Amino acid sequence: MINPMTAIRFLAALLTLFAVAFAPSSASAAGATYLPFGHATTTPSDPATLQKGAQLYFNYCAGCHGLQYKRYSRLAKDLNLTEEQVLTNFNFTGAGIGDYVKSSMPKESAAWFGVAPPDLSLTARSRGIDWIYNYLLSFYPDPTRPIGWNNTVFPNASMPHVLWHYEGIKQAQFNPVEAGGHCKTVEISGQCFEGFGETSGGLHSASEYQRDMAALTSFLEYVGEPALVDRERFGPWVLLYLSLFTLIAWLLKTEYWKDVH
Amino acid sequence: MARPIPASSSSSPASAVLNWFDQRLGVIGFWNQHVGQYYAPKNFNLWYYFGSLALLVFVNQIVTGIWLTMHYKPSEAEAFASVEYIMRDVEWGWLIRYMHSTGASMFFVVVYLHMFRGLMYGSYKKPRELVWTIGVAIFLLLMAEAFLGYVLPWGQMSFWGAQVIVSLFGAIPLIGPDLVIWIQGDFLPSDATLNRFFALHVIALPFALAFLIVLHLAALHEVGSNNPDGVEIKKKKDSSGKPLDGIPFHPYYTVKDLFGAGFFLIVFFFIVFFYPTGGNLFLEMDNFIPADPLVTPAHIKPVWYFTPYYAMLRAIPDKLMGVIVMGAATLILFAVPWLDRANVKSIRYRGLLSKAIIGIFAVSFVTLGWLGLQSGSELQTIVARVCTFIYFAFFITMPIWTAIDKSLPEPDRLTMDH
Amino acid sequence: MAEQTVDPGRRRFLTLTTAAVGAVGVGMAAVPFYSAWKPSARAIAAGAPTRIDISKLEMGQQVLGAWRKRPIFVIRRSEETLRLLDGEKPRLKDPDSAMVDQQPEYARNNTRSIKPEVLVVVGSCTHLGCSPKHNPDVKPEPWDAEWKGGYFCPCHNSKFDLAGRVYNGSPAPTNLVIPPHRFEGDNDSIVIVGEDPIQKAA
Repeated sequence: MINPMTAIRFLAALLTLFAVAFAPSSASAAGATYLPFGHATTTPSDPATLQKGAQLYFNYCAGCHGLQYKRYSRLAKDLNLTEEQVLTNFNFTGAGIGDYVKSSMPKESAAWFGVAPPDLSLTARSRGIDWIYNYLLSFYPDPTRPIGWNNTVFPNASMPHVLWHYEGIKQAQFNPVEAGGHCKTVEISGQCFEGFGETSGGLHSASEYQRDMAALTSFLEYVGEPALVDRERFGPWVLLYLSLFTLIAWLLKTEYWKDVH
Repeated sequence: MARPIPASSSSSPASAVLNWFDQRLGVIGFWNQHVGQYYAPKNFNLWYYFGSLALLVFVNQIVTGIWLTMHYKPSEAEAFASVEYIMRDVEWGWLIRYMHSTGASMFFVVVYLHMFRGLMYGSYKKPRELVWTIGVAIFLLLMAEAFLGYVLPWGQMSFWGAQVIVSLFGAIPLIGPDLVIWIQGDFLPSDATLNRFFALHVIALPFALAFLIVLHLAALHEVGSNNPDGVEIKKKKDSSGKPLDGIPFHPYYTVKDLFGAGFFLIVFFFIVFFYPTGGNLFLEMDNFIPADPLVTPAHIKPVWYFTPYYAMLRAIPDKLMGVIVMGAATLILFAVPWLDRANVKSIRYRGLLSKAIIGIFAVSFVTLGWLGLQSGSELQTIVARVCTFIYFAFFITMPIWTAIDKSLPEPDRLTMDH
Repeated sequence: MAEQTVDPGRRRFLTLTTAAVGAVGVGMAAVPFYSAWKPSARAIAAGAPTRIDISKLEMGQQVLGAWRKRPIFVIRRSEETLRLLDGEKPRLKDPDSAMVDQQPEYARNNTRSIKPEVLVVVGSCTHLGCSPKHNPDVKPEPWDAEWKGGYFCPCHNSKFDLAGRVYNGSPAPTNLVIPPHRFEGDNDSIVIVGEDPIQKAA
């Protein structure tokens, strides 16, 4: 049989490699962002989810945030919509079907908000879907901010809570920072975030709103990497083929190696 | 059983063509010498797949790299967007890109395992010192090639990684600061830097790597392959001059390596299709943000395959010393054939001392790698210093522990694993 | 190495099977590399149909547009012009537009157009690609004493009539290309170049 010491050494090395490889990425970040709502469950290749997410995006986000790498024509293809439907429902800037999604926010917006609303094409890849999902759920009113809103995931963000009429309003509760210590969660204006209170008002229930935010997050995940649809589609077949090939190659190898003693 | 291919006496069109080429290029002799009649030890185990896999990955990088170059734009203004263009607008561009990025990481997985095989079985010992030293040169060029390649997408990590690594040269006394500007072609990494890194990554280093790989294989074939027992098969030959424990590379190892390639490709494409970012290790999140000289990322760290050396650099408090230590850590590999004083090649016949030391070395190298990925707390820095010490001690004391360790009697003939 | 019970048939079979399955894999692997050369989404977007507004186009005038980076000429022809077209037939290389590559089916007619009065033509001489000049006036010209109006290419003196058909004696071998096009809008005042007319259900 295979030399056991060699095998153990080899497996140990491989396992260490893989354990390091597939450890959560937050292990490397010293001050990992506190995400109170946990992991986002997204379905970024499901056309129904994407349609819902796109609807939310174009009605509430696209006014300020562009998607500079996304073409309208691609949206039609991946969301199972006709080009007509895409242009009617998602295009408010007079763009053509082959054009990129630009917001109507002019360059001067940097002066209004402090920073121009960023393009969101790659946010799902640079910040991650968990961040986006939690960000969307972490707005609270803050009278000390010029916009009147703050966000525990992105403290002092310049963005108002655009969807407050759907979610309703919830207060954030804070406690003073322990002397010499620092917050386990997030520190805003010298206070430690404890949790959110009850949500009042809002046209949607909490679970409905979270589902919608998951759809919006799914949409941004898809926009960040449209290829994920193709990856899921072709991946299993490629691996199936390779398994078949490897099996046959193994049979060929064992047959010839009968010669060797 | 494989027969040498003689000049064909039959008059089929195929053999006529073959003979025409053979008379002018010696193709039959070449095939026989390097494949058909290249006798390799019959006991190659798992560790012996990685050489041919490295070649496979090299070919992958070249082919996918050429295709990427057809669409990539090497300018500061267009680089980042051109990568997104490949990912979204070019048909199957995303697959070619992921094959290239996954290939880069798999290249190092395979090469590190390939090198470790060499350490375990004494494949660097006489008469194979040149095979090893050319291999170390390939390893160094590979690191340079990977670094240059990672700069090309011009994301935040590309820019800041370039900034950090190029600034290391600034630690060199007297010429340092001017050298940095000369390398960059500018006062900071910019369009000039990107364009020349592109030229080096696409043309200069691939040529150099290909040349060295050819030399590496030529040097190997000149002396013949080592094996897990470390016993020279050429010492026992049969009446026709063939090693008793040797088998011709074709068909036995062509067929075995084909299977190995199949298995490897399953792992490779699993990553490509289901996990291309490799959990932030292969494609880092920060690199999806366009390079911004005014915003420094919270954690600048190199890609995983550099982290063992990066951990050493960080562990040393002085910048110049850190650079020297990091450089020495790679260069010391050249000396291994002359540091090793053991009278047996393979770890199988070395004493417990050698086995333990090699094991500790491997563990500390992997630990350094892991540490390089972390943010470097006080405890981690202490551990990094310990591991750096172990790393250098392994090499520097090698003449001692290889000489004093009691080796087991080597067999006359090869032993088979399976 | 004694030849034990080697089954050459099985070896042949396995080798051929591996080769066959491997060849399939190589074929599959070639697809992305082949496809990456096809026009990308950017090229397709840039090559999308263009719109030319002819609501202000007067009789005998030409308006210039572009489609896939080629010049497109649109002219409005009078009854008189259309009448003169037939008479030129004996002087033309391809009077009946027999060369099918030069125009879509719906433009294979006497006027080489959908609507008789509007000509939509690619303004690229079929000789070596220069842009022919629009000379609509019926009067003797240096290149033709019997000039009935048309296009004259200054590069090598090719001549085309006002349906883009090439005259005998021209270096150009074929008629000017009619691109796919259709009309849209009030009074068909928009020409969409790059799309065929929408087939109406019978």
